[in-house]
Amino acid sequence: MATLELGIEGDVVGSPVRRTRRLGPLFWAAIVWMVAVVAAAAFADLLPLPSPTDMDMLERRAPASALHWLGTDGLGRDELARLIHGARVSLIVGVCAPVIGITIGGALGILAGYFRGRFETLVVGSMDVLLAFPPLVFALAVTAYLGQSILNLTCVLGVLGIPAFMRVARAATLSLARREFVIAAQALGATHARILLRELLPNVILPLFAFFLLGVAVTIVVEGALSFLGLGVPPPTASWGGMIGEGRESLEIAPRLAFLPAFAMFLTVLSFNLVGDTLRALTDPRQGAL
Amino acid sequence: MLGFLARRLLYLVPVLIAVSLLTFLIAALLPGDLAYTILGDQATPEKVAALRHDMGLDQPIWWRYLSWLGQVLQGDLGRSFRTGQTVLQAVTERLPVSLELMVMAELIGLVIGVPIAIACAVRSGGAFDRFMTGSAFGMLSVPTFLSAILLIYLFAVELRWLPATGYVPFGEDPAANLRFLVLPALTLALAEWPGIMRVLRSDMIATLQEDYIALAKAKGLKASRILFVHALKPSSLTLVTITGINIGRLIGGALIVETIFALPGIGRLLISAIFTRDLIILQGVVLLVAAGFVIMNFVVDLLYAVLDPRIRHGHA
Repeated sequence: MATLELGIEGDVVGSPVRRTRRLGPLFWAAIVWMVAVVAAAAFADLLPLPSPTDMDMLERRAPASALHWLGTDGLGRDELARLIHGARVSLIVGVCAPVIGITIGGALGILAGYFRGRFETLVVGSMDVLLAFPPLVFALAVTAYLGQSILNLTCVLGVLGIPAFMRVARAATLSLARREFVIAAQALGATHARILLRELLPNVILPLFAFFLLGVAVTIVVEGALSFLGLGVPPPTASWGGMIGEGRESLEIAPRLAFLPAFAMFLTVLSFNLVGDTLRALTDPRQGAL
Repeated sequence: MLGFLARRLLYLVPVLIAVSLLTFLIAALLPGDLAYTILGDQATPEKVAALRHDMGLDQPIWWRYLSWLGQVLQGDLGRSFRTGQTVLQAVTERLPVSLELMVMAELIGLVIGVPIAIACAVRSGGAFDRFMTGSAFGMLSVPTFLSAILLIYLFAVELRWLPATGYVPFGEDPAANLRFLVLPALTLALAEWPGIMRVLRSDMIATLQEDYIALAKAKGLKASRILFVHALKPSSLTLVTITGINIGRLIGGALIVETIFALPGIGRLLISAIFTRDLIILQGVVLLVAAGFVIMNFVVDLLYAVLDPRIRHGHA
């Protein structure tokens, strides 16, 4: 609806004057955690870990030991290995889905903001239709029909992200398209393609990227919610949401089985939010006025 | 105002039509044949063909959409082939639970968020402000299902103050009803208050710098009167604007919370329809939820125009 627009319309794009601002220790702590999680997920197969799916019925909910650093879960599977392999699912879906959103949504937004007219009405209208579905309900309905897999999940969550990216890109383009350098390029006879790619895109990409990181955080949460409900990545693949869901069953006996993945997910989401928000503030001139 | 209303209404119709079309297409185009789902995998091809013919599944797709839309407009959303209940029955039976939950959650969210926002705005940049702004930012990173588990662990498993699951209708036993709803509503409220607080705080800071607030101070009015009477109302405009977005998040949150706390609301209905592959219920509920969401957003837009004359005269 038109409501969301009021928040982001206007000058979303950074002013040419660059303020030097200290990023602070929290920002760097968030970066360190992000790098650690990404590295662990990427090299999960090379790490000296037990298999995340091997069950050991004699070692169910075992406490931490030399063999199982964080103990085992309700089916005797190694908790640490499942945490690290679970990070994989969260990151693959969490990063790939916003890539779909930023590519399609960003392109549509720039085109709509530059060409205006009927095309813009059509794009904004169809995005309104997509926004008419509460996101989680839409994701649930489509995965219910498509079937549960990482690929389907990524596609659905990616499509859901398109409207938000479209709005950010369009708002940024609208304010840029009236700026002198674009008018100058038009006056020099530059083609539309050149203006779009060489003048507008480099300026729109920065606010879009900051928004991308926030999109990763949101997607990780939604993927976690779906897996938690048992409608995300199918077992026995480890995913944080699924692990929290399984851990809920044994909250009275072994609360750590729910709290460990919950904590990992919280830290990861917080890190992406923190870095995304810091970058957004850097590219948003209004922040300086407050 | 009338012109504004007409413009918005004119926009509402195509959006609703497109929503119905998308809901229909999700169900019609995606893999999985309804007839097979009803009859099971062992059904003979003849039986399946007969059922497909009975249900009109062998008709062209545009015809199926139009006849489905015609039925929907007459209030017939179909009935579950598992329980025999019509979609409307199932939804009206469960709607009060979800509404009560969402209203309670929003109220708790406001009760937490508004005082904190005011306290932060009064001394913006102070220690309390920085602490609460940080906490609100942190809370935005806590998914609903995560705070649900924390609250269950704390209040139901460790302290044993409140029940973790279950539900009693308000009409039967209001006290028990509220006892069952406290934890779910609190869970949702924990996701709501950071948004409320952040938006109100920044608007309030801006309002408090206005000249008329300085005038009120100079006249010697009490601080509480200035804050609650002079500053709060003009500062709550953006809060109304984001209500539309909040409703979408609330519906999603209610879905998860109802499942975790075993509340018989719309969310549970949707999830169990997915698990039992009750496609008619699923389609009907998605359509009703989306239509309700669109209409609520429409109402929020109108409310905003009533509050802020600039919107209905300019182009929003």
